[in-house]
Amino acid sequence: MTLSPITRRRLANFRANRRGWISLWIFGALFVLSLFAELVANDRPIVAQVDGRWFFPVFVEYAGDEVWEGGLPTAADWHDPELRQAIAARGWAIWPPIPYRHDTLVIGDPPTVLSPPSARNWLGTDDQARDVLARVIYGFRISVLFGFTLTLISSVIGIAAGAVQGYYGGLTDLLFQRFIEIWSGMPQLYLLIILAAVIEPSFVTLLLFLLLFSWMGLTGVVRAEFLRGRNLDYVRAAKALGVSDVRVMARHILPNAMVATLTFLPFILSGSVTVLASLDFLGFGLPPGSPSLGELVAQGRNNLQAPWLGITAFVVLGGTLTLLIFIGEAVRDAFDPRKLPGGGR
Amino acid sequence: MSAIPLLQATDIVKHFPVGGGLFAKARIVRAVDGVSFEIARGETLSLVGESGCGKSTVGRAVLRLVPLTSGQVLLDGQRIDDLSASALRPLRRRMQVVFQDPFSSLNPRMRVRDVLIEPMRNFGLHEGRWDARIAELLDLVRLPKDSAGRWPHEFSGGQRQRIGIARALAAEPDLIVCDEAVSALDVSVKAQVVNLLQDLQADLGLAMLFISHDLAIVEHMTHRIAVMYLGRIVEVAERRSLFAAPKHPYTEALLSAVPVPEPGAQRRRIILAGDVPSPVNPPSGCRFHTRCPYAFDRCRSEEPALRATAAGHLVACHLHEGPDPAKLLARAA
Repeated sequence: MTLSPITRRRLANFRANRRGWISLWIFGALFVLSLFAELVANDRPIVAQVDGRWFFPVFVEYAGDEVWEGGLPTAADWHDPELRQAIAARGWAIWPPIPYRHDTLVIGDPPTVLSPPSARNWLGTDDQARDVLARVIYGFRISVLFGFTLTLISSVIGIAAGAVQGYYGGLTDLLFQRFIEIWSGMPQLYLLIILAAVIEPSFVTLLLFLLLFSWMGLTGVVRAEFLRGRNLDYVRAAKALGVSDVRVMARHILPNAMVATLTFLPFILSGSVTVLASLDFLGFGLPPGSPSLGELVAQGRNNLQAPWLGITAFVVLGGTLTLLIFIGEAVRDAFDPRKLPGGGR
Repeated sequence: MSAIPLLQATDIVKHFPVGGGLFAKARIVRAVDGVSFEIARGETLSLVGESGCGKSTVGRAVLRLVPLTSGQVLLDGQRIDDLSASALRPLRRRMQVVFQDPFSSLNPRMRVRDVLIEPMRNFGLHEGRWDARIAELLDLVRLPKDSAGRWPHEFSGGQRQRIGIARALAAEPDLIVCDEAVSALDVSVKAQVVNLLQDLQADLGLAMLFISHDLAIVEHMTHRIAVMYLGRIVEVAERRSLFAAPKHPYTEALLSAVPVPEPGAQRRRIILAGDVPSPVNPPSGCRFHTRCPYAFDRCRSEEPALRATAAGHLVACHLHEGPDPAKLLARAA
């Protein structure tokens, strides 16, 4: 596929924005790393060899007595000191750089609740003796995945809704607009609190709930673009050619409306990340125990004597949002038709 | 015209409500207020008039790009103004449009090839030999063969207009509505496109509804002319008959404004006073009476109907109704 000149110019413009370009790489690297969180932070070895037998505990669940004779017939606890001694004596194991999962209780001496950063726990532990760095990695992944999913689905719905409003106009538009005005007036947070009282929110229910409202973010822009687009001569010509409404919208108007839409996406993404974090902070978010940046903020507030919690939460959340904003700015500049390649105005 | 005309518009009306809301009553712009005409196969009918007189709206209404307020449009004797969108779609192939602005009439994100394929895909034409057909079409509108892979912004205005014409031709229509199709072009390019349209019409037997304000161009290429004023047709005639002996005072004034390429030519210019009245509030009686040099009492109260004065020459003016127009003229003076 060859890129059209305008796409090439946009790519060049995007690259010319060093800050955005570097932010994209950093964010991309962090995201890819977090996708493989199980290999980075886990409570079991990646590979182990005991008595000449191979084990891949990250990928396969082994019973304790499968690994060695002192084990129980339940799932093997690879942190068990006796098992570790046995492995050290009769084979070897490669551990992930961080030997804890987000829900692993760190056991040991000195006491591990709220222990400050150390060689064992690089960012310390939280008030339930869990490794903060492991929680941050898993929390980052879930936040970004949640943000991506929410952004993607709400954009699709929002674009479709805006397109229908703008394209058909008239009564359709009028009714739809009034509906959006009423719907956007709903007190989201209270509804969520009520919902949380009835069912325990999970990733999916939370996503669905937020989707009910978040799709409205893009409709305004898309509607405006379609209102403009439907009166263009080539759209009229397409109608005279008997092109179906859906096709006129998708092929003739949407590509021209996409610029305004794409420019918004990184900002919507950062908004979604923030929403999840604030819900988690308030305790109406993901179920207890889930790794979450918002929950880390709450822990930081509750444990001011353990500043590594608050500082970590601040740096991670702030850093993520900053990166997304920088990327968003670069995207916006890239689509600016007045911007010349090479960063010049 | 013995057979059924290709296109027949009967008393078409298009009103646009403007403003208004829940409590305020909308004002109504009477863009087209009872227009009738017909076009035979292979014939060109030109629709001329000042800007704002409703000529483009007539074109769009005939194409059903805007719904009619009332009236009928018949294509080959079949009513198309009341068809549902899906029933209309196959008929759309037979009527195509070329717009005025060659820059907004092509989607900047579609290559010429895709622009031309769209009508074929839509109407299931030339399945499997699109590329050959594209080459034919490009040849027909005299564009280089390699145009197919290029983007609209790589072409000049005249070339773009030809792409627009090729797109219309790709549907293999019987009728093309040219909505000011050459008005935006330079004089030299205009001549090329006009000649192209004429050649295509002769070769393919197309009928054309040529909407224009440029009488010089119209004189060059039309069979018949319909003159519009403020949403109504005031005069319809064969080209020669209209240019030789315009009947309606408005037509006279229009023709007197056509530049004559002959230095020192003696001619009478009729300068119309005032502006076109608002189509929201058209004058009573004859719509032209506010600017007509010959207006008399009857013009202010009674609207003249379009009636034949000679074979194929129709005019809507009280001056040409009575047995002795000269007497009326004398009275008006």
